[in-house]
Amino acid sequence: MKISRLVVQEIAHRFVNFVLAVIGVSIAVACLVASVTMIDAGKIQSRKLVDEGEIQSQQLVAKREQEVKDAGKKLNDEMRKITKGLGFNIVVLAEDEDIAAFHAEGTPTRTMPQEYVDRLANSPIVVINHLLPIVTKKIEWAEEKQTIVLTGTRGEVPQAHRDPKKPLLDLVPKGKVVLGYRLHHSRKLKPGSKLTINGRELEVVKCHAERGSVDDVTAWVNLEEAQQMLGMQNLVNAILALECNCATVDRIAEIRGEIAKVLPGTQILERGRKALARAEARNKAKKTADASLEAARKSGEQMIASRKAQADQMIASRKAQANVLVPLAVVGSFAWIVLLAVGNARQRRGEIGILRAIGMGSRDVLVLFLGKALLVGLAGGAIGYVAGFLVGTGYSGPLEQSLFDINWLLTALLMAPALSAAATWLPALVAAGQDPAVVLQEQ
Amino acid sequence: MLISLDHITKTYTGDTGPIVAVDDVNVSVDAGEFVAVVGPSGCGKTTLLLVAGGLLRPDGGKVTIDGTDPYSLSGEQRARLRAERIGFVFQQFHLIPYLNVLDNVMAPALVTGETTARERAEALVERFGLTGRVGHRPGQLSTGERQRVALARALLNEPRVILADEPTGNLDGDNSDQVLQALKTFAEDGGAVLLVTHDPDAVAFAGRQVVLQEGRLAVPVS
Repeated sequence: MKISRLVVQEIAHRFVNFVLAVIGVSIAVACLVASVTMIDAGKIQSRKLVDEGEIQSQQLVAKREQEVKDAGKKLNDEMRKITKGLGFNIVVLAEDEDIAAFHAEGTPTRTMPQEYVDRLANSPIVVINHLLPIVTKKIEWAEEKQTIVLTGTRGEVPQAHRDPKKPLLDLVPKGKVVLGYRLHHSRKLKPGSKLTINGRELEVVKCHAERGSVDDVTAWVNLEEAQQMLGMQNLVNAILALECNCATVDRIAEIRGEIAKVLPGTQILERGRKALARAEARNKAKKTADASLEAARKSGEQMIASRKAQADQMIASRKAQANVLVPLAVVGSFAWIVLLAVGNARQRRGEIGILRAIGMGSRDVLVLFLGKALLVGLAGGAIGYVAGFLVGTGYSGPLEQSLFDINWLLTALLMAPALSAAATWLPALVAAGQDPAVVLQEQ
Repeated sequence: MLISLDHITKTYTGDTGPIVAVDDVNVSVDAGEFVAVVGPSGCGKTTLLLVAGGLLRPDGGKVTIDGTDPYSLSGEQRARLRAERIGFVFQQFHLIPYLNVLDNVMAPALVTGETTARERAEALVERFGLTGRVGHRPGQLSTGERQRVALARALLNEPRVILADEPTGNLDGDNSDQVLQALKTFAEDGGAVLLVTHDPDAVAFAGRQVVLQEGRLAVPVS
């Protein structure tokens, strides 16, 4: 017979004592494993929370970017429409145009060949766009006895190297006329109305709203018709254009230089206020869009930071719980096993006495008690691990990845027997050291 | 000489002062002898037996068991000596409650680790009429059966000496005779038996008796 048989037989005989000890160890191990599992789960959940936050933030920023893009496009379009009203801000005038007279009259008086505009359109010039050749002259509207500005336009000339742009000013078809506010309003003219300007019958196609400028007394007709009415065939007296919103040190000098290469001798004027207003409007639109995007980014960052803080708080809370619960459970379990081992040793006094009398050494008695303690620890470690894992995972809710950690299982299976053996050590020593003569005399 | 107790003295410390349990006692038991130590309760019989068994160190005198002084040995060596050369039988049987009859008989083999212990144990179980009780635990046995199990356990390691403390104290006549006859047979086979008892019937089985009174030998060896 071996001592191991004696250990197993004694466990079977005093099974309740064994079960109580196993429960004690299991509780300590379960507390540890449950705490660790919950902390691990917290880490996974927090990572998920932060990841979700990042995804949401990215989605928010992307959405906001799209919104900003859409809003920017809309704003740009609106600005374009608004600034369209501002009209062209670059005026190309004939070499001999008297600029002082031009400013005084409001209309140019000299002419240049119409093919100038084609030359400009076919050049690789990038600093201006929306080229519009016009003939314009202040005339007396004989039928109405009113001074008006007659402007002929053939519509914008597309530039060869650019994608077509939506025109600022549409082509006026032959036989048609577009009227400024002061010309149609008092006469109650509407699109479709017929009128005669200096003997030429025209149909109103569009009536502009009040602009508070010379446009209010302007009548726009087809370029060719205007040239005929004014006796200026194949001539134009201005090419209107729109400068690009390019950031350069000296914009107008650059424009002048570029145009001079194509149309040497022409004069270039910039209508400063219009250009400034247009640039400011566009820059403001961009600034607003950028600010909105930045706000979205900041909001996303705040959301992630908030989630990180929330997750950190959850983990810290679980760690704090574990810091109290686990030592309490281990100490409680240790005390419980000591108590049970003392009781067991007392119960087995007679048995140990006779075993010592018939020749069992104190080392064997120690083995007898510690062997049982190791079995208690192994069973308690295994049961405690399973219980702790179930509690931990149950408390943490469903997760996408397993929380099983072989290292913690091994730790439980090693530490629990160590705890149990340590708690049993002293009672076992006392039992092993007891004098068999005293025991036998007592009994 | 298998058992030699030479001028043995043992004193306990009591509440009212020292109590002399054994006072200058000389007893020797040779191979083939069955010696009974008799005397009233409290005369020091059990103390003398424990001293002889290497379980209680005397304050004075010398003990020799089969030529060896157990108290000159270390604790572990003394335990080994007990396991190999001495068999104990007690009034209270002192069986291990969770082992069955066969395992109880085999308990001394825990120390010696002998591989043939099982066959010897089975032979002893059969010899003492316990074959039908092999799988039973002490709680399921009669007192006579329990003492026979204890006797079988004492004989398992084929000791040279048996020390018996009131082995018949809890037994009826038939069971007592059975146990005492077994001790007698052991002595006849060349062993030495030192029996402590106050049972006159038990003394009849012994070859000689020693009377203890208040810790001292009262009557010379008869």
